[in-house]
Formats: sequence, structure tokens, C-alpha cells
Amino acid sequence: MSFLEVTAFLFDGFLISLLIFAVTLLCGAPLGLPIAFCSMSRFKPVKVISKVIVWIVRGVPLMLQIFIIYYVPGLLFHVPIFSRMDRFFFINYGIQDSGRIAAVLIAFSINYACYFSEIYRGGIESISRGQYEAGYVLGLTKSQIFRKIILKQVVQRIVPPMSNEIITLIKDTALANCIIVCEIIKQAKELAATKALIWPLFYTGVFYLVFVGILTIVLGRVEKKLSYFRS
Amino acid sequence: MPLLEAVNLKKSFGKTEVLKGISFSLDRGEVLAIIGSSGSGKTTLLRCLNFLELPDEGCITVGGQVLYDGADVSTLSDETIRQNRLHFGLVFQNFNLFPQYNALENVTLAPTLLKKGTQEEIDANARKLLDQVGLSDKLMNYPYQLSGGQQQRVAIARALALRPQVLCFDEPTSALDPELTGEVLRVIRGLKDRDTTMIVVTHEMDFARNVADKIIYMADGVIEEMGTPEEVFEHPQSNKTKMFLRGAQNDFS
Repeated sequence: MSFLEVTAFLFDGFLISLLIFAVTLLCGAPLGLPIAFCSMSRFKPVKVISKVIVWIVRGVPLMLQIFIIYYVPGLLFHVPIFSRMDRFFFINYGIQDSGRIAAVLIAFSINYACYFSEIYRGGIESISRGQYEAGYVLGLTKSQIFRKIILKQVVQRIVPPMSNEIITLIKDTALANCIIVCEIIKQAKELAATKALIWPLFYTGVFYLVFVGILTIVLGRVEKKLSYFRS
Repeated sequence: MPLLEAVNLKKSFGKTEVLKGISFSLDRGEVLAIIGSSGSGKTTLLRCLNFLELPDEGCITVGGQVLYDGADVSTLSDETIRQNRLHFGLVFQNFNLFPQYNALENVTLAPTLLKKGTQEEIDANARKLLDQVGLSDKLMNYPYQLSGGQQQRVAIARALALRPQVLCFDEPTSALDPELTGEVLRVIRGLKDRDTTMIVVTHEMDFARNVADKIIYMADGVIEEMGTPEEVFEHPQSNKTKMFLRGAQNDFS
């Protein structure tokens, strides 16, 4: 196989990695917000439930969570939902791995939402009481205070820790190969198994490095753009 | 009829009784200075007037309208309290400007969100107020680009923008370097000349003596002494007041 053929083959896998990355961000980042609010709730049961969920999700390996999401519904209801989804989309539309990818996306979104929620919570709790009080004495409502005063300060503070998580995320996508989703590492292993080529496995690092390089630049710009004020 | 009347305000935090029944009244255009050592309940009193703390007991009346009555639960809803806060303005010890907005935006934010006029009116009023506190050349500066004294003056303009009936100051110069207190105190004195009704919690005895119409000396959650500056500073009746004033003189000569 030529270098170009290997590159194209690996790139197909990297597109799946990017898909997992994008969907996790798009679903996990918003989902983290209600979890953060629940963790800060003054209503004890809500707070406890939220904290327990975060504890479990952060306390169990993501790979195990992928297995659980993929296999447990089938074991419980005797209907292997994700395997059927795989077959259905493959037979009707020729799309491979759809059920497996769906399971991975769900596991990743929940997992990252919990990590994000803790970053949000830390950001929100770091804003001084005085900012809320200044809003209150000006007769603003709680929601106006949060949207117009608190939010931007929180965003400024959470960009660095969020950048860290986002960079970790693209590398975590490799875990998807535990249920044989054809992301880039799985593709490289495929080459090792079928063509006895080991170097593509190491070559995958270049894909990650380039992408993380781009992310670093973009996130750095966001951070810079938000640095026009100091809180 | 007095503009502001507070009757028998009481407030406890857990087992600590911070206000033990505070009553006073204030006429329109009057300046009241509250003095007293730390922990005497001055700040808590001010926070009660702005409903940042709710008194356990007592009544607050402004312009004949009962804003708060500890015995009447209907005055306690979030929305009522929010509306009632608009009768008062509060300038904090550490300014609490909004860091992501420049000086002008800090002043216009609340009137804009509360729809107190057209954007042009709000803008023009904010510029006028910032000019009044001597900051017409700093409109576009962010809080971190301003000195403490300038930040506090923006905070005063921000409080004035909603035209409160009573403007409260919680130790407005305590967080400032000594050379910056003058500019803030001058602004407050200027407001007195415009007949702004004010309550100033302060440690600046000369300022209290020269600017206030009425002095309250608080100790251990009660009003120990109340009267004109002349009465309180020159002829204090209680021993506690005498002790406090002697201590406050910082006489090292």
C-alpha cells in the first residue's frame, strides 16, 4: 500500500474520530449546564442525585461506560438496540457501525457533560457575592443578573480548563475502538492485521498532533478575545 | 412627614443578634451619617434597607408607603422586594463594578434592562451623571483601567442612574488609598448640594461632622446616640460615645 493510500484509509477513520469529538462537544457542553445547576441546587435531593451521578460517571472508566451503554439495554430488555441499529442502517443505507457509533456518542456525551458541569460549577461559584448584590440593589431580576453580569465572567474563567478538556477529548475518541468503531486507531490496527503494516499505527499520531495544534490556536484566540476585561 | 422611617428593625444571624431594634427617620434632602466600631451593625442596617438582608422584625416606610413589614408576609415576595429595592441605591465598600462593561455601560446597564426610558435618554443621563462625578473623559474605560477613586465614582453614578429616593453608602472610602478618599467625599458632598437624601456609613469623622445633618452612633446593635453633628460630637451624652470619639481622634500628638 502506498503512503497516500494509507493516509486516505486512516483519514476515513479520523473522520469518525472528529464526528465523536464534535457531537460530544455539541451535546455534552450544553448538557453540563443543567447538571451544574442541579449540583448547586439548594434543594437537597436534587443536589445529592446530581452529585452521585457525577461521582459515578467520573469514577468509572469511560471504556467501561461505553460497554455498559452498548450492551446493557440488550441484556435488560432482550433487544440489542444498537446491534439492530447497526444491521438496519447497513442493510437499508449501507451505513456501517451506526449503532456502535450511537452508543459511543451517548457514552461520551454523558461522560463529558459531567466533567464540564464541574468546570461550570467552579466558574460560577468563583464569582464574588458582590457582583450578584450589585445587580440586586439595581433592581435586576435573578435571570438578568445571571445572563448580563455573571455569565461572561464565568465564560472568561472557564476557557482555560475547558480548553484542556477539549484537547483531552479528541484523544479519548480512540476508546471507541473497544466496541469496534472504525476510528483512526482501529483503522491502523486493521492495516497491521491484514497487511502486516505496523508503521501506520504510529503515523496516526500525526493526525492527532495536527488537530490539537489547530485547537490550541483557536482556543488561544478565544481566550485572547475574552481578555479585554479583568475580573 | 419624613421620607424614610425605620421602626424597630431587628436582625439575627443564627444566635448572634446584630440589630436589636433600630428606629430612626430621615427627611427629604437630609444626610445621615452612621458611625460606630466594626461589628456594631452599621453595615447590616444598610443591607436591611436595601433588602440584601431581610429584617426579622420591624417596618420600613418610604414616602408613606410601607415597603417592608416583618409581620406582613405579603411584603416578602421576591418580586415585591425587587421593586422595593428601587427606592434605595447602594454604593459598596469595594465598588462591585461589572468588569466586562466600560464606565458608561456600567451606568446604563440597569436602566436599559429595566426599560427606564429610550436608549437615547438613558445614554444622555448616564453621560451627564459621569460628567457630574468628574469622569466625562473615562466613559470608555473598563473598571480595571480606573483607579479605586474613579471606580467608586462610577459606582455612585451607576446608583444615581435609577434615581433612588435614598442613596446609601457602605464605607465608600474604606477600600481606597488615603489620597483618593478626597475625590469620592467631594462627590458625595456635591450630591448633598443637589438635595440628595443620603445615608452614609463611614469612619471619616471629619466628613460626618461637616457634611451630615444627622449622626447616628451605633454600638452592639443599638443606636447609642442620635442627633445633630454638634450634639453628638461636641456634647455626647453616653459614655460609650465619648470613648468611641476619643478613640477615633487618632491623637498621637
